[in-house]
Amino acid sequence: MTERFMLSRRDLLKTSAAGAALGLASASFPISRAFAAAATVGFIYVGPKDDYGYNQAHAEGAATLKAIEGISVVEEENVPETVDVQKTMESMINLDGASLIFPTSFGYFDPHMLAMCAKFPDVQFRHCGGMWNKDKHPMNAGSYFGYIGMGQYLNGVVAGHTSKTKKLGFVAAKPIPQVLLNINSFLLGARSVDPAITCQVIFTGEWSLAIKEAEATNALVDQGADVITCHVDSPKVMVETAAGRGAFVCGYHANQSPLAPEKYLTGAEWNWAKVYKMFVDDLVAGTPLPNFTRGGLADGFVKMSPLGPAVSEAARKQFDGTLAEMMKGGFSVIKGPLKSNKGDVVATESQAFVETAIELESMDYLVEGVVGSTA
Amino acid sequence: MVATEIGLWGVPLAIVGGAIRVSTPFIFVSLGEAITERSGRINLGLEGMLVFGAMTAYAVAVMTASPWPGLLAAAAAGLCFGLFHGWICKFPGVNDIAIGIALMLFGSGLAFFFGKPYIQPSAPDLPAIPFGGWSDIPQVQAALNVNVLFLIGAALAVFLWWAFRNTRVGLILRVVGDSSDAARAMGLNPDTVRLVATGVGGALAGIGGAYLSLYYPGSWTERISSGQGLMAVALVIFARWNPLGCFAAALLFGGAGALGPALQSVGVTQGYYLFYAAPYILTLVIMIATSSPSRSLAGAPGELSITK
Repeated sequence: MTERFMLSRRDLLKTSAAGAALGLASASFPISRAFAAAATVGFIYVGPKDDYGYNQAHAEGAATLKAIEGISVVEEENVPETVDVQKTMESMINLDGASLIFPTSFGYFDPHMLAMCAKFPDVQFRHCGGMWNKDKHPMNAGSYFGYIGMGQYLNGVVAGHTSKTKKLGFVAAKPIPQVLLNINSFLLGARSVDPAITCQVIFTGEWSLAIKEAEATNALVDQGADVITCHVDSPKVMVETAAGRGAFVCGYHANQSPLAPEKYLTGAEWNWAKVYKMFVDDLVAGTPLPNFTRGGLADGFVKMSPLGPAVSEAARKQFDGTLAEMMKGGFSVIKGPLKSNKGDVVATESQAFVETAIELESMDYLVEGVVGSTA
Repeated sequence: MVATEIGLWGVPLAIVGGAIRVSTPFIFVSLGEAITERSGRINLGLEGMLVFGAMTAYAVAVMTASPWPGLLAAAAAGLCFGLFHGWICKFPGVNDIAIGIALMLFGSGLAFFFGKPYIQPSAPDLPAIPFGGWSDIPQVQAALNVNVLFLIGAALAVFLWWAFRNTRVGLILRVVGDSSDAARAMGLNPDTVRLVATGVGGALAGIGGAYLSLYYPGSWTERISSGQGLMAVALVIFARWNPLGCFAAALLFGGAGALGPALQSVGVTQGYYLFYAAPYILTLVIMIATSSPSRSLAGAPGELSITK
């Protein structure tokens, strides 16, 4: 038994040494190819790329790159936010010759993407989220993200017109600033129609829990909510469950209207195609890629789903009016006087926070009219 | 839709409704595992069979535009996986737990591979029977929309409970599970009995998967199960290998799972992570309360590798 073990260990050493040599040889290969006319771009998704949600929005953006001459796209889905993503990045670089990589999930950044940035200084990495910092992080890394809060505000406008019970519902994953901003924006949009509207929020605690999302949707409908939206990775379950119970829905991340054509009002969608094309154009032109990119509705980073058949004329009018105002720039969703649902003043009479305001990134409150708690 | 405020009544209603909606996969998987474990084997691969069943059911339902062929296909797929587990475990030195884990990963992976094209299309749902017609309240009507599979699961639990005690087949199963030597002395072949028992267990897990994708939550995604197959295996031990206990435990888990969202919907918003942990805390409490250092688990089949 001992002898057998020794033998196999020796074999193992031999093979792994050969493997390492091979890895080294191929590691030097893409460096010569980087920034050549033909470039390979890698996309990494945390879930399935056709989830009607977060990952689909990115995959749709990636798909538009495939049409560009000389660009080839490699993708991998269902990659956990563990050391697995490092292996995925290494294989994209070593085997596919990727010179630009988009790890699209929050947890890929630290330490995984940063480790790869140090290991492959000639490869560009851009992470979806806002975590890149000039003082702390290498220059071949970067962040890009969109402000989608105003999309939820527009969802709220349509929801406010459509709701008969004056109660809206929100299925949320975790109480982090981005999610809280979406919830607050949805309610404030609805309150721009009728200040008596309230919004019930249910936190499921995780980004993707099909059964809990379905239970949360049912509980909201049971309590009289008749327009529901969400911030979870895949809104598919929420949309189908709510529509099945007869409630209207507003979408998120991507367009879910095929799931409930009659009940789908509108939705706040990412328009990553624009962002990815911008990066790839720079890559092809040989100009340095920006390290920190952000934008909202007015910049084309975010778009709205086409309005559904159930949207009334009055709702359509206010939606178009508000959208036009937002496109001019400088629109504030969070503006005073505004209180949190615990009664604290979060914006005084004179205060107005535009979507780029740094204060919004540490949001820890739900505004008055939202029924729910952040902990 | 006529929406009415039901306020705090929403909580008990959600628990009852949730118990009916969420419990069905637990019922089928745990009954399947009860049969398998009563024969003296543990099949941890039921999670994989549940996911593969969910995918198969959805795919076949999309292709045939009817949920019933999907249900049959899911059961058949589960049967194949179960028979494979049962066959491979008869060889000497094969560990049933390790094979189960391998099959769990294999089943899920295979389901993801074949299921890719079926994430987007919509499949027809399994029918539900409205038992809430007596009430004018839409919430009650919605909660009492009971799927046929839940009723079949309930009937199956009672039948298995009776069959384990009162039929020849039940006796054979228990003898094989309690002592291979005694079974051989009776002229039975333990491997064959376990093969059939694991196959049936797999088929039931496949049906549980069909419920997930064809009724609630009613779509095929790669994250549909979130570990329910594994939890159901644990439920069997929790239920002491008693089919009626499996049914009750499944209801308990379903109802407790609905507690968190329901409490938030009526405004009890503090500490929801704690409410979400309720089913597990309950399990721990019951396990501790009913365990004893001086004897082995009551009702445990003697041939089971974890209790042997």
